[in-house]
Amino acid sequence: MRALIRAATDRKLSRRTFLRVSGTAAGGLFVGLHFDLPPLLREKQGAPKVYPPEAFVHVMPDGRIAIVVNRVELGQGVATALPMILADEMDADWSQVSAELAPAADVYKDPVYGFQNTGGSATIANSFLQYRELGAKTRAMLVSAAADRWHVAPEQCRTANSVVYGPGNRSARYAELASAAARLPVPEKVRLKNPSEFRLIGKRIRRLDGRAKSVGAQKFGLDLNLPGMLIAVIARPPLFGARVKAFDDREVRTMSGVRDVFEIPLMTGSAVAIVADRFWTAKRARDRLKIEWDLAGVERPDSAELFTRYRQLARTVGTVAVNRGDEGAMDRISTSNRIVAEYQLPYLAHTPMEPLNTTIRFDGDSAEAWAPSQFPGYDQAAIAQVLGLKQQKVTYHVEFAGGGFGRRQSFDSHVQREAAEIAKRMRGTPVKVIWTREDDVQGGYYRPMFVHRVEVGIGGDGMPAAWKHVVVGQSYLAGTPFESLLIKNGVDFDAIGGTEDTPYLIPNFRVSAHHPKVSVPPSQWRSVGYSHNIFVIETLIDELATRAETDPIAYRLKLLPPNALRLRAALAILEQKSGWRKNLPPNRAVGIACTQYQGTAVACAAEVAIENKRPKIMRVSVALHCGLAVNPLSIENQFQGGLIFGMSQLLPKGVITLKDGRVEQRNFDRLAPPYIGDAPLRIDVHIVPSAEPPTGCGEPPVPVISPAVVNALARLTGKRYRSLPLLAL
Amino acid sequence: MTTYQLSVNGERKDVDVDPTTPLLWVLREELKMTGTKYGCGIGACGACTVHLAGIATRSCVVPVSLIGSRAIVTIEGIGNDPVGRVVQDAWVETDVVQCGYCQSGQIMTAVALLKDKSKPTDTNIEESMGGNLCRCGTYMRIREAIKTASAQLR
Repeated sequence: MRALIRAATDRKLSRRTFLRVSGTAAGGLFVGLHFDLPPLLREKQGAPKVYPPEAFVHVMPDGRIAIVVNRVELGQGVATALPMILADEMDADWSQVSAELAPAADVYKDPVYGFQNTGGSATIANSFLQYRELGAKTRAMLVSAAADRWHVAPEQCRTANSVVYGPGNRSARYAELASAAARLPVPEKVRLKNPSEFRLIGKRIRRLDGRAKSVGAQKFGLDLNLPGMLIAVIARPPLFGARVKAFDDREVRTMSGVRDVFEIPLMTGSAVAIVADRFWTAKRARDRLKIEWDLAGVERPDSAELFTRYRQLARTVGTVAVNRGDEGAMDRISTSNRIVAEYQLPYLAHTPMEPLNTTIRFDGDSAEAWAPSQFPGYDQAAIAQVLGLKQQKVTYHVEFAGGGFGRRQSFDSHVQREAAEIAKRMRGTPVKVIWTREDDVQGGYYRPMFVHRVEVGIGGDGMPAAWKHVVVGQSYLAGTPFESLLIKNGVDFDAIGGTEDTPYLIPNFRVSAHHPKVSVPPSQWRSVGYSHNIFVIETLIDELATRAETDPIAYRLKLLPPNALRLRAALAILEQKSGWRKNLPPNRAVGIACTQYQGTAVACAAEVAIENKRPKIMRVSVALHCGLAVNPLSIENQFQGGLIFGMSQLLPKGVITLKDGRVEQRNFDRLAPPYIGDAPLRIDVHIVPSAEPPTGCGEPPVPVISPAVVNALARLTGKRYRSLPLLAL
Repeated sequence: MTTYQLSVNGERKDVDVDPTTPLLWVLREELKMTGTKYGCGIGACGACTVHLAGIATRSCVVPVSLIGSRAIVTIEGIGNDPVGRVVQDAWVETDVVQCGYCQSGQIMTAVALLKDKSKPTDTNIEESMGGNLCRCGTYMRIREAIKTASAQLR
């Protein structure tokens, strides 16, 4: 996804590939209490050029203002940030603003990429201007309506807190003006505020959903309740890709509440679906169901064997992605000035707290679906395909998500396809498919395992003069709709992101990749390729700094080009704010790491001790440059949380392993992501002040924590830890 | 199927369910009280935490047949409790939540902690909250909110 998005941004691919614009949308119309997308818009293909306010803003007669968010709220705060941006330009009364998540529809496609998606930390980067313009247009229409009423020029009016003020102490509330404004044309061009006029943007504003989520009132996809709704669970094969040979459902069909038991196809292999009136009934029936699986000839991936195979592959040059400078430079560096480093990085599961789910009702000639999804348009199309419907005949509601981290952004929409297979059989009845936690932990779609083998030749100045890097791991994008766009000459740019585009000045630099095929389905895990590439790059850079006896921040600054302005600024602030690292208690050390992801630069210092042969992270300072900080409070939350999410791969029980084809973890017993006891007591977040266009903050914090911790450990123990998770030190 | 008389947030609720049904699913599916969350089903993540006779309990592993007359309090009812209200307000003020899915369980556990120890130490917090998983990693703010609530509970 990152590579996809970067490709689009860089215009390496024609924008037209992503933007199939078909004309402009209809004129403005505010609607009342109920939001109903004009059918005209829904039928259109591609993202419209003009975003009509009526699809995004609803001024209600009582003064409340609902703002429609063209992304899913996963916890990252988009359902606060986008309304803030629009409400600011609109001069809306913030206390009256609420957020609604948009359903799948063309008008809600990302204005830059042309598909509806929440990923790649792209929301704020791509929709900042879109939502400002929407707010400014809405405001202009309300002002025009007031000016018409008072027979004055719009220029004589001003706005504040959902009120238009005119000459002679006249004033009118937005709610009074809405219906008149709705009949006016949408202005083509509007003046946007100067940053000095912002009232919401740039302020520490608490989440709109904070109260609902603290009193148990927020509804997530799993909480959906429809009249007559049934629950389905799926008995999945023990090996990826295995099929059902036979099953005996005689006993479970006698259980009270069991409605149906039948085989469904999976993306690879097949499974048995159990439909019942309650979750507990379905789950108990699944436990009792006798299924014979056809395991003959089914691949049995095994982490240890895969690592062996990957390590062998890593000794050969893969498909070359980048080759800068002189390939022979390494040979002119003596072996004592070379480092050869081999890294092993495991499968990682996202395990969002809300288990995966989708609800679908198939009515024969149409269908309605509800899901917490990062990829609504693709899911909608997948459901339509399974049900034999046109995409427009599937109404797809996006529900609040209990975390996502990439798990709800699958290119194959397998969760929705399976649900559609079940809905197809249960025609007329809404069925909610619930993945148990075991289904989720064992269900694949992990951040793939990787082996990196890197040879670094060090120049006389202590800086890297030659760098040969081989990345081995499954492709994220092979077999997806994005394969043809982002796998170039056999190299998946999502797998090597963070290495191939490193900003460090390394004159002779070669990156190549092998993408072995494995039956375990891969997927994007918050920060995608950076989750492993930055671990490798940043631990090696640190090793070089140590060898050069140079401060790790100073070394990085020396290695960055002058135009790496954001990273330089982040490192400089980190230097300034981490004075504490010069004055540590005994048996503590600090590790540094930095990265720039999707435009946002991050520099991190982690103070680490060793307790019971485990690293204990005492304190973290992180500095970031994301352009204009739309909501510093939310950014602080994302960075604190993102660093903790990134710790998953350090923990011995934080990762996924396979043995003889089977996933060894089942649930949060053998899989233990960071709990509160693993979290540092203190994480300081420092934001570089900036008025530049904003960039995202969801993923950028994730990659830096593991290298920072491991770099600190190297200072404590003298050892370089090149494999994750960290076992006993 | 067996009929049970439960006391939920001070109200009597009659349910007719299989005796093995965990309290979690009785709350969510029979009583349509979805504030209590399913996260793991094995008592390992804490998302389903409720108070059973005042004790923070994993509702996903307690069969309805074992509840008897013990009072059940859920996230929907804890705001009627003075400590519960203070904790919920502290959660909002501190902007703790991200996705929010685990927070019902976090809050129920925090309320039980503060009822037991109104001035918890960092170690008390870590011990009490140690089994509540948050994938968004809101732990910094959970600690902060517990301290804010604690300061108001003197």
